[in-house]
Amino acid sequence: MQSQRIALVIACLIPALQVRAEEYVVDQINKSFVMTGKPITALKLKKGDTVSFKNGDPFFHNIFSLSELQTFDLGSYPAGEARAVKFEAAGTVDVECAIHPDMHMTVEVE
Amino acid sequence: MRSISFLTRPGFFLVLACLSWGGAQAGILDYRRPPILPPPAGNESTPARVALGKVLFFDPRLSGSKWISCATCHNPALGWADGLPTGIGHGMQNLARSTPTVLNTAYNKFQFWDGRARSLEEQALGPILNAGEMHRDIDGLLRDLSAIDGYRTMFAAAYREDGISEAAIGKALAAYERTLITTEAPFDAWVEGNESAITDSAKRGFVLFEGKAKCNLCHQGFNFQDDGFHNLGLKERGKPDPGRYAQRALPAARGAFKTPTLRELSLTAPYMHNGAYATLQQVIDHYNRGGDVRTNLSPNMHPLNLSTTEKSDLIEFLGALNSTNPLTETIPILPQ
Ligand code: HEC
Ligand code: HEC
Ligand SMILES: [Cu+2]
Repeated sequence: MQSQRIALVIACLIPALQVRAEEYVVDQINKSFVMTGKPITALKLKKGDTVSFKNGDPFFHNIFSLSELQTFDLGSYPAGEARAVKFEAAGTVDVECAIHPDMHMTVEVE
Repeated sequence: MRSISFLTRPGFFLVLACLSWGGAQAGILDYRRPPILPPPAGNESTPARVALGKVLFFDPRLSGSKWISCATCHNPALGWADGLPTGIGHGMQNLARSTPTVLNTAYNKFQFWDGRARSLEEQALGPILNAGEMHRDIDGLLRDLSAIDGYRTMFAAAYREDGISEAAIGKALAAYERTLITTEAPFDAWVEGNESAITDSAKRGFVLFEGKAKCNLCHQGFNFQDDGFHNLGLKERGKPDPGRYAQRALPAARGAFKTPTLRELSLTAPYMHNGAYATLQQVIDHYNRGGDVRTNLSPNMHPLNLSTTEKSDLIEFLGALNSTNPLTETIPILPQ
């Protein structure tokens, strides 16, 4: 009986434990990277997760990385628009804005 | 993980605060004079450091020819620039870019038109060693300075640990430059509530600056810059200049240059990284056309459709950013 119950609990947990790729939203506000209202300089996530960079300023931003691990250039996009990147390899990726290079953060992929 | 709601954004409260302060002036407090960026650790300002930086700034013995000082190009009598479309360096050679003012560089997070130096400390050694500018070898410079009694005393007082060294020269020049800040302009008095400090035309110009003309997409805050790099679609005047692209090889960086301050413009013509425009009228006409060259043009640039009156209002507003009593400087007697 007891072991059956445990099995049931385990069975229920399996879908939750399955590795689901997360989607994070990082806002650009007042020329800084912001997550859930707070400025961030680093973000930890898992391989396969996605980060959506959302422009909350009235002017364009252009998020890119020229890191060895992963390079991307999301191009310039206006207020309200978001563009997403999937992080596929483990390691550290430097993320910057091509227009406002003081906007800088790292993404640590586990 | 969700994007944050509008209500939790600090900007929202700022807008509220400003709305209750004076309807038409939402965000006006953003233009108040902030403290300068803190100096890097180990170069806190002291009178001895500023005094040393000042004599170095005016000393032509820092150059290979012993003829060019920082002040030759960054001339305090010409708004700390040189009044030329592009600089003239060692051996009278024409430089590719215009000499920017050193006023308010203490607020810059990036130095040079392409942002290739981050701190003033790092920037200062650039022109000394640059073959086109002051053309000096560092060993020769350190030897010469060490032979001058007055400098030995000043370096010892300012940088006991570094002594007469490359690092101390950069630090001293930076410490001095951090004191070169624009003084109060009529616009500043208006921001503080003196309604009659600027003309009605300047007030209309300010509304255009933040509204129809959208200048504040890039020229922001007290120093009217954004530590950003933009391609304004200027026609090339000489060899194509990659601008920021040399630092970051991305399409948006090609032909992009750092947004300069808009303070003290009456003293710093001609304008733009290549000195393309002699007058502010020409600058405004450029923006009104939405730029000339479309390749890699900043997406923030658009034709503005400004009337003649609107253009002169904008120019009147820029005039209100000139200091009432611009910073003056006494020329120092150099150490012997
Ligand atoms: C031959 C003329 C010349 C001399 C001499 C010279 N500069 Fe400059 N300076 C320039 C030019 C031209 C630039 C812009 C170069 C660029 O952006 O590529 C510049 C840029 C700068 C900047 C960056 C300003 C900004 O807004 O980005 C600073 C600060 C500066 N110079 C300080 C100095 C100091 C300190 C010295 C003396 C050690 C010096 N300069 C000597 C011509 C000169
Ligand atoms: C897309 C960003 C952007 C916008 C919008 C913008 N500027 Fe600029 N501004 C810059 C940059 C970048 C430069 C330097 C460009 C270069 O030299 O290549 C500049 C240069 C200038 C200069 C010359 C300053 C100097 O010392 O050389 C003036 C004056 C000026 N802008 C005024 C304005 C006005 C007025 C408006 C609105 C009509 C405006 N700007 C809109 C980015 C912008
Ligand atoms: Cu940006």
